This record gives sequence, structure tokens and C-alpha cells, in this order.
Amino acid sequence: MRFRQLIKNLLSRDIMLILGLTIVLAMTLAALLAPIIAPYNPDVLHLDHILEPPSSLFWLGTDRLGRDILSRLLYGGRISLWVGFVSVSISISIGTILGMVSGYFSSWIDECIMRIVDIMLCFPSFFLILSVISFLEPNLTNIMVVIGLTSWMGVTRLVRAETLSLREREFISAARLAGSSILRILFFHILPNTLAPVLITATLGVAGAILTESSLSFLGLGVQPPTASWGNMLLDGKSVIETAPWLSLFPGLAILVTVLGYNLLGESLRDYFDPRLK
Amino acid sequence: MKAFYHFFCTSSHFSRFVLRLFKKVLWMLFVLWGITIISFWVIHLAPGSPTDMETTLNPLAGTVARQRLETIYGLNRPLYVQYCDWLVRLIHMDFGNSMSSDSRPVLTKIMERLPLTVGMNVVSLMLTLIISIPVGIFSACQRNSFVDKTITVLVFLGFAMPSFWLALLLMMFFGIEMHFFPISGLTSVNFDQLEMLDKILDIIKHLTLPILVYTIGGLAAMSRYMRACMLETLQQDYILAAKAKGLSSHTVIIHHALRNALLPVITLLGLSVPGLIGGSVIIESIFALPGLGQLFYGAVMARDYTMIMGNLVLGAILTLTGNILADICYGLADPRIRVGRKTS
Repeated sequence: MRFRQLIKNLLSRDIMLILGLTIVLAMTLAALLAPIIAPYNPDVLHLDHILEPPSSLFWLGTDRLGRDILSRLLYGGRISLWVGFVSVSISISIGTILGMVSGYFSSWIDECIMRIVDIMLCFPSFFLILSVISFLEPNLTNIMVVIGLTSWMGVTRLVRAETLSLREREFISAARLAGSSILRILFFHILPNTLAPVLITATLGVAGAILTESSLSFLGLGVQPPTASWGNMLLDGKSVIETAPWLSLFPGLAILVTVLGYNLLGESLRDYFDPRLK
Repeated sequence: MKAFYHFFCTSSHFSRFVLRLFKKVLWMLFVLWGITIISFWVIHLAPGSPTDMETTLNPLAGTVARQRLETIYGLNRPLYVQYCDWLVRLIHMDFGNSMSSDSRPVLTKIMERLPLTVGMNVVSLMLTLIISIPVGIFSACQRNSFVDKTITVLVFLGFAMPSFWLALLLMMFFGIEMHFFPISGLTSVNFDQLEMLDKILDIIKHLTLPILVYTIGGLAAMSRYMRACMLETLQQDYILAAKAKGLSSHTVIIHHALRNALLPVITLLGLSVPGLIGGSVIIESIFALPGLGQLFYGAVMARDYTMIMGNLVLGAILTLTGNILADICYGLADPRIRVGRKTS
């Protein structure tokens, strides 16, 4: 009975992992190869094919200016993935460093950092992102930085908890006895041991960042047209939703599938690394 | 009821509860202060100013006009003076006047919009709980069954679904294809001529789709969480003991496991408030509902400093209120918190 249960678990986890990995890889490849595989230039107007439904010429149809939806989706994917990776890198870097410092020293520094985390968690972060973006110019760099700067709190708490338990282990005492500097202990002994949970959080974070970016673009405060992003394509499609539903259908589907892929990957990795949470 | 009785009639428990609440309120004031600092400095240090709309972007206005505006709004003073001034007024519940053309008090404008947003969120939270608690329990009890797997797949889809896309899909399907629900606004054009009952019906019809979007958004997380909590509870020794006593599985689940499994859910409810407030911006702007989110969106677009800061502070107050309510509920529901911790 137990054996069968094990097989069943392993199988489903594997399917999740494979599905997640396939989606993530496929989306990444599609984004990287966009200039090669895109059938048209995403910004070229085909003025005699305005609002054309999906056809053999334009696989996913065209928008109000006659631009090819498929090409724009591929190029929009580059934006989404780029935002995902950069903003998560920012939040992971901040979160890991603050978390390690907080957990390792656990004195007034820990108290300060944790109170800042408390305060930041009480902000409706989407409100904060919107207000900051509105005062800065809504361009790609600003969006990535702002999303990164408002999403590091979870990582900090996670890394702090890991560091708190790692700190008491013998290999850290040994490193300290051997005269390693604090920086060396933090970055060479503690950091590698927190890597697995951090990577899992990062994977899930990419999904979150993609969602946030597309929400911002959908509100018109994200990536600005004519640059294609999934969010502003949806915004574009909203006004003609009654006559041309394909404009609203495909970009949303792209977001859904990508976010699903990252979530599946993150969750199945978590299952592997941390069997307590199922 | 019994819990309430014990709670308020046993004085030592009560005093400990008051002390806990007092600490909590102190913590809340501290966090609120931190929030005022962050929202003030972040917004004032960012480039661009609220006078941009009337000066830089308006070719007719010169530097003199700009300086005059800055004097009116007090923007030419040092930042820390502006901050202290703002904080003092905030303590007197004075959020200042909106910098938009009507220049009405920020608090009045927010209070006009608040009931709609809070009401929609409360209704959808109720719906979420009503649906996700049974679903979570069922998934946990029938773990790895076909139904559980199906629910898991749906949950993953729900997690990945962008709320604005879901709103668009619902609008497409129910609003445009079937003409079943109106797709924007709070009331119909002929609202004023309707009878009382029809008026209520009209508003309900307009709010169905937005509430549906809110609810579906919350369902995935909540039922997943409920399942995890229930699974963990079912592995505890006291469940084994209850089963060993020969109680039916129904009794064990409803009377022994459920109450314990619900505890973490209370905390999650408290934590979900900032997300709900943030989500209201998107949903209200799609469905053109006159709520807090739309007010904030308008303020952001017009760079209305006072309004933005008022909204940030108010959002934080709502979040903290949610946290405190969750904490009180937790204390009421969990006897270990009331009785157990004598040392803390």
C-alpha cells in the first residue's frame, strides 16, 4: 500500500515537473528566438488586414492597426520574461543579503530588519508600485526595479529562518574557529545552504512578477506602446472586445500558460526539496 | 457561545487578552508610522511633481505660475517640514485636500468610495470561505483521489489566471454573448426611475461579475491552504486518539479536526487584505465601478499627492485592521492562546 502511494506521488510530481519544465523552456526558447520564428515584424502595420480573425496568413489574427498578433505575442514574451528575471534577481539579492545578516547577527540589526519587513508587508504593494511608477516614467527599467524593490520581504523571512538554524551547526563553528571572516562565512558557508528554498521562491517569484507587469501594462502604467507586452495587448483588445475577441483571448492565454509553468515548476521543486510541505 | 462566556467571565484571561490587544495596538501604531514615512518619502523624492500637470505640460503656464502653485501647496518648504506638518494633520484625521480640480477633502472622497470596495470584498470573502472550506476538507480527506487531483489542477489554473483576463472573459461570455449581466458601471441609465426593489436588483446585477472575479481569484489560494491545514491536522495524535475511541470519521473531521484546521485560515484572511485592496484597482477600472481602487487610479494618473498618500495610509489602516481582527478571532478560537501562554 505504502509502495503504491509512493509511486503515485512520485508520478504526479514528475508530471508536474515535466509539464512545468516544458512550458518554461518552450516559452523561454520562443522568446529568445522571436526574431527568427516570428512570421512578421511585430511593429509593421498591415493596413489592408485590420482586425482580421485568425487565418492561414495571420495565425492568431491582427489588431486594430493590422499588426500580427502572433509576432507581437512572441516579442511580448521577451518583455515578460525579462521583467520576471530581472525583478526577481533584484528581490532575491536584497532578500538574501538582508535575511542572512538578520539571521546571523540577530541583535538590534535583526530587530530593525524584521520591523521593516513587517511595515512593507502591511503596504498594499500594488498601490505602492502604482504610485511610484506614476511619478517615475513608466518604462521597462523602472518597472523591473520597482517590482523588485517591493517583493523581497518573503525571501528575507525565509533566508533568515534558514540562517537561524544553520548558524548553530558545527560547520559554521568550525569555520569561525578557523578564523574565517564574517563575509566568508555568510557567502561561502551559509549562502550555498539556503540556495534550494531560495531558488524555489525565485521560480514562484518570476510568475508573480510576470503577473504584476502585465497588470501594470493593462492599466496603461507599464510597458508603453508601441512596444508589445502581453498586458498592453490586452488593454488594446479591451476596447474592441465585442467585435474582435481574439485580441483579448491570446495574450491572456499566454500569461496564463507561462505563469502556470513557473508555478508548476516551483511547486514540484518544493515537493522534492521539502517533503514536509505537500 | 461557550467560548465567549469563558472568555469574558474569567477575569485573568480577560486581562491577559487586554494586555495582548494593547501590545498589538502599539505595534500597529509603530507600523503605521513606518508606513507614513515610506509613503511620504518615496513619493516626494520621486522626480516629477503634482504641479507638472498644470505647468510643464501646459504651455501657457510659466515659472511664476509654477512657483505660485508650489507656495499654495507648500511644496517649496524643506521635505522634513512638509512631512511633520502632514503627520500632525494626519493625527487630527485631516488628510488634506485633494490636489485635483475639485479640491475636496481627501477623507470625504475616500469615505464616499470605501463602502463599495469593502462591501464587495467582504461579500466575495464570504463566498470564498463558503466554497473553499468544504472543498479543502474534501480534498484533504479524499487525498490523491480523482476529485482531489481535478481540484488541484483547477487550483493551479486559478493561481495562474490574471484577474483582468478573467474579467474580460466573463464580460465576453456573460455580458456580450448572453446579455445576462451588464458589463460596466454600478447602476443602469434609468436607475432613478426604478422602484426600490428594482434598484437593489439593478445594483446586484451590476456587481455580480466583479464579485465573481474577486471570488474566483481568492478560491484557489484559500482551498489549497485549507487542504494543507486539514492534512496537517489529520496527522496529529489527537485525531488518532479520537479515531481510536471509535468515533465516526464524520465526527472526527467536523468536531475534532475542522476547528484546528481553520486556525491558520484566519491568519491567511488577515494577510490577504493588501492583495484585495491592490486587486480592486484593476477590477474596478475594468468594470468602471466607483470604488476606492478607481479613486486611487485616478489620483495616480493625475499625480494627486495628497490623495495618493491618503490612499496609501488608508490601505495600510485597512490591512492593519484586518490583521488585528484576525488576531482577535484567533484568540477567541484557540484556547491555547488564551490559557496556555502564561509566561509570555
